[in-house]
Amino acid sequence: MHGLINRAIELFLRDTYGHEAWEEIARGADLAPPEFEAMLDYPDALTGDVLVQAAQLLDKAEAEILEDIGTYLVSHPTSAALRRLLRFSGADFTDFLHSLDDLPARARLAAPQLDLPPVALVDRGQQVFSVTVGKRGTAGFAFGHVLLGLLRAMADDYGALVLLEHKGCRDGVETIDVQLLEAAFAIGRSFVLGAAG
Amino acid sequence: MRPGAIASLGALLDVLCPMHLIVDAMGRITHAGPTARKVLNTKGLIGCDFLDLFEVRRPRLEPGVPGLRAAAGRRLHCVLRGPVETELKGVAVPLPEDRALGPPGGVIVDLSFGIGVMDAVGRHDLRSADFAVTDLAVEMLYLVEAKAVVTDAWQKLNQRLQGAKAVAEQEAHTDTLTGLGNRRALEPAIRRLTESEEAFTLMHLDLDFFKSVNDTLGHAAGDHVLRRVAQILREEIRKGDTVIRVGGDEFVLILVGCTSEEELSRISGRLIERLEEPVAFNGEVARISGSIGTTRSGTYATPRLAVMMDDADLALYAAKQAGRGCHKAFAPALRKAVESRPGDAVTPV
Repeated sequence: MHGLINRAIELFLRDTYGHEAWEEIARGADLAPPEFEAMLDYPDALTGDVLVQAAQLLDKAEAEILEDIGTYLVSHPTSAALRRLLRFSGADFTDFLHSLDDLPARARLAAPQLDLPPVALVDRGQQVFSVTVGKRGTAGFAFGHVLLGLLRAMADDYGALVLLEHKGCRDGVETIDVQLLEAAFAIGRSFVLGAAG
Repeated sequence: MRPGAIASLGALLDVLCPMHLIVDAMGRITHAGPTARKVLNTKGLIGCDFLDLFEVRRPRLEPGVPGLRAAAGRRLHCVLRGPVETELKGVAVPLPEDRALGPPGGVIVDLSFGIGVMDAVGRHDLRSADFAVTDLAVEMLYLVEAKAVVTDAWQKLNQRLQGAKAVAEQEAHTDTLTGLGNRRALEPAIRRLTESEEAFTLMHLDLDFFKSVNDTLGHAAGDHVLRRVAQILREEIRKGDTVIRVGGDEFVLILVGCTSEEELSRISGRLIERLEEPVAFNGEVARISGSIGTTRSGTYATPRLAVMMDDADLALYAAKQAGRGCHKAFAPALRKAVESRPGDAVTPV
C-alpha cells in the first residue's frame, strides 16, 4: 500500500486520538518505528493490521473509522493540500460528482504509484446518483467508506446539501447512494485556483 | 453586414475561446471574449487599437492588421503592454471574405497564457469558469499543485534520510568506549588535509604500562584509564586537531598547521606528563605513561597516509627503544637503523 494512504491513516489517528493512542496502535501492528513515510511502499497487510488495531483500541467499527478518515482528509488543516487538489475537479458539487471517475487517474498523475480502486458515477436522474467503488487488487480495506466520508466533507466544502448512504458490497464492488437535495444550500469554503506556492 | 452577425459570432467564440479578440480592418477591437475583458480590464476596450495594447514579438510582422492577417495560423508570441509585461501565446485568423461574420479585412486573435498561467491566475483572479471547458489550463494548475505537494513530501523524506545517514556515519566513525574517532575516521581526516594541501603533523601515541593496568586491576580499570586518556587528549589538542583511537591502547593525533620540531617536543612532553598523572579507580591507583612518534607532512613531496603512518611507527618504535615515556620525531636515519637491525623487537608493556 502506498505510503501516502498509510500516512493519511496515521495522521488521522494521531490528530484525532493523540500520539499515545497512535503509538499503541502502531505497536499492536508491529510498526517500528511508529511512523509511515509518505513516499515509501508498505505491505498491504500492514495497513489492514493498523486498521484492526485501531478499531480494537478505539472500540469502533472499521467502517466508521474509514469514513472519519475520508472526512478528515478534506476538512483537517493537515491535509489542506488534498482538499485543494480535490476542488480542482469541479466548480460545484455536481461537477465534482461527475469528475469522480477521474479520481484514480488524477491520483496517479500526482503520485504514479498511488493505485486507487476504480470509481464510477451513475446518474439516476432527479439528482440521485450511485457511486461504485471497484476492487483494487488485495486492498486490505473498503475504500468506499473512505470515499463516503470524503464525499460528505466535500459536499460541505461546496455548500451542498446531500444524503449519502453506503449500500454495502457485492462481488467486491461497493455502492454509495448520493441524493443531492440542494446544490447551493450554504456558502462553500473559498477556493482560489493557483493559490499554492 | 447582416444585423447581429458579429454579436452571434462573438457569443459562439465566448464559449469556445473566452480569451479571443475580434479586430476590424483598421485594427480596432470590436469584440472581446469574457476572459479577455477580465484580463485587459481596460475601460473603453471596444474601439481600442489592438496593436496599442499588444506587441507581437515573434514572428516579425508587417505593420498593422495586414501583418496579422499574413501570419494567419502561425504561433504568435505577444506581450501585453503595461507596468507588468504579460507574455501570451496567440493565433490570428482573418475574418472570412463572404462577410457572413462581419466586414472582411479584420482578424480574430485567440490568446492563451501558455506556461505563465500560474502567475496569470493570481494576477487576474481567474476561476475555472474563465477557461474554456476543453482548455487544459486547470489540469495544468492541478499538476503544478500536485507536483508541489509531492516534491515537498520527497524533500522531507530526503531530509530525514540525510539526517539518519549523518548519524549512522558519525556512529560508524566513533569509538564507543571513548567517543573519539575510530580507525575509519583516520583516512577521511588525512584526505581532507592533503586535498587542501594544509600542513599537519601525524602523532602516533602508544600507552606504556597499560597492559599491566588491565592485568592487575582488571578491564573495568583499563576502560576507565582509556576514557581518562581520551579526556586528556581532547583537552590538550587545539581546535581543528583530531584524536583517533586506532587500536586498544594506540592513538593517532592529527595536529593541523605548521608545527616546529621544538614545539612538537614541547607538546609531546606535556602530553606524556599528563598521561603520567595517577588515575584513581575503586580505591586503587593506575599509573601509565606514553611513547610518541611524530612525522610532519611538510617533509614529504606528496604526503601519503600509509607512508606517514609507517614513519610515525618507526619514530614510536625509537621512542620505545629509548626507554618509553618519551617522544621521537621521524628522521630518515631511523629507517636505516631499523633495516640494519632486524628482529630487535620491543616487548609490549
